[in-house]
Amino acid sequence: MPEKITLKYAVDGDDFTKAGLASSDLKHTLKQIGYDPGFIRRVAIAVYEGEINMVIHAGGGEITADIAPDKVEVWLADSGPGIPNVELAMREGYSTAPIDVHELGFGAGMGLPNIKKYTDDLQIDTTVGVGTTVYMLINNN
Amino acid sequence: MTVKDVKEILKAEIICGEENLDTEVRTACGADMMSDVLAFVKDQSVLLTGLVNPQVVRTAEMMDMHCIVFVRGKVPDESVISLAKERGEIVLLKTPYRMFTACGLLFSNGLRGGCDI
Repeated sequence: MPEKITLKYAVDGDDFTKAGLASSDLKHTLKQIGYDPGFIRRVAIAVYEGEINMVIHAGGGEITADIAPDKVEVWLADSGPGIPNVELAMREGYSTAPIDVHELGFGAGMGLPNIKKYTDDLQIDTTVGVGTTVYMLINNN
Repeated sequence: MTVKDVKEILKAEIICGEENLDTEVRTACGADMMSDVLAFVKDQSVLLTGLVNPQVVRTAEMMDMHCIVFVRGKVPDESVISLAKERGEIVLLKTPYRMFTACGLLFSNGLRGGCDI
């Protein structure tokens, strides 16, 4: 594969049923390149949780993924409401998702903790009223 | 056991994926919260759930799961079924059993949770 591949996805914030399209495509691409299945799963889960968050909380956004032989870096950028308290948001079980999201199987306050678990680096750059960019790095060891 | 064994133990009907009944499965997870499923990255082959939206298939896809069992006879709509077909190898089953009983039946027949505590 070339040194680096960059993929960009626009995430539709209006349709929850479509959430996961970007993660699915990214996973498919990583599979085609031939990465280890365990590594692919870590990337796929982390990005999927992030994509769901964008749809639930921020009305969509943009995902950029840089794919290199030894690592995948992903930026999930939205223009949503921002996260007022990142420390709280990182706590397992803490959620501000509306109750109807529970019926869809999300909103249990596990999204960011799950992302942290599967990534080697997680940075959250957020401003209330402006938006959030989540950066994640997953090393291919 | 195989997906076919799961089907028989749970008196389940096949919704789609009949061609993959011989796939070997070793572990399962029963949940309605998809983030709970996503919290364990280890190999999990079967997802039992009462949810019937497309995110169930997406979650199974991210986790490389082979089979989704809808409990209490629930049937997802056509968009969910076509998403599963698109993904290829995922078998969708529906069982008349409730979640607790379905999980118990599979456990007592040798399927495990795949997560050590």
